[in-house]
Amino acid sequence: MDLELALWQEITLSVFLVFAGIFGLVGSYGLLKLPDPMTRLHAPTKATTLGVGGVLIASMLYFIFAKGQVSFHELMITLFLFLTAPITAHFLAKANLHTNVNRADVPPPVGDRPWAGFESDEARRIAEGESTPGA
Amino acid sequence: MILTYALIFTTGCFALALLMNLWRVVFAPGVPDRILALDTMVINFIAILVLYGIIEGTAVYFEASILIAMVGFISTVAYARFMLRGNIIE
Repeated sequence: MDLELALWQEITLSVFLVFAGIFGLVGSYGLLKLPDPMTRLHAPTKATTLGVGGVLIASMLYFIFAKGQVSFHELMITLFLFLTAPITAHFLAKANLHTNVNRADVPPPVGDRPWAGFESDEARRIAEGESTPGA
Repeated sequence: MILTYALIFTTGCFALALLMNLWRVVFAPGVPDRILALDTMVINFIAILVLYGIIEGTAVYFEASILIAMVGFISTVAYARFMLRGNIIE
C-alpha cells in the first residue's frame, strides 16, 4: 500500500472494488430477504460470484500497476469459482427438491423418462430398460 | 488515497455480508439454506482474503484462497450429497 499509483489507476481499482463490494453485499442480503428456497439459491450464487470476480480483477490490475508483473493466480481462482458455482447450485437445487417440494406438485416430465431428481437410479434403470416405459 | 478508502469500504461490505451469512447459518428454515449460507460464507471469505492480499501488497494469500475455494466446493458437494443419499462415498 505504500506504492505510488497514478490517479487514473487508483480510480480504476476503486471502481472495481466498490462494484465488487456492493455486489457481495447485495448477494448476502438477497440470501436473507428472498421469499422461498429456490429464489434464495439465485442471489448468492450469482451476485457473490460477480463480487469475487470484481475483487480478483482489481487484485490482478493492482499487481500489474504496482509491480509491473502479470499474475495468473487470480485467473485461476476466477476460473475455478466460475466452474464450481453452477455445480454447487445444481446440487443444492436437488437437495431442495428432495426436502421441500412435494412429488405430487411437480408436473409430469415431457419424455418417457422419469424425473432425475425424484426417482432413484434403480427406478430409472428399470424404466429405461422397458420397451414401453410407463410414465 | 482513493484506493485506501475503496479498500476499507469493500472490506466493510464483505465483513457485513459474512455477518449476514452467519445469521443465516444459525437461523435458517431448512438444511439446504444452511448449506447455501455456508457456501456463500466461503466465497465471501475468499474475497476478504484477496482484499487482505491487496492491502498487504503480497501475493502469498492467493495460494490460501485457492485452497479455501477447493475445500469449500468439496465440502458443499459433500453436504448436499449427504442430504440427497444419506452417504458421501458409496
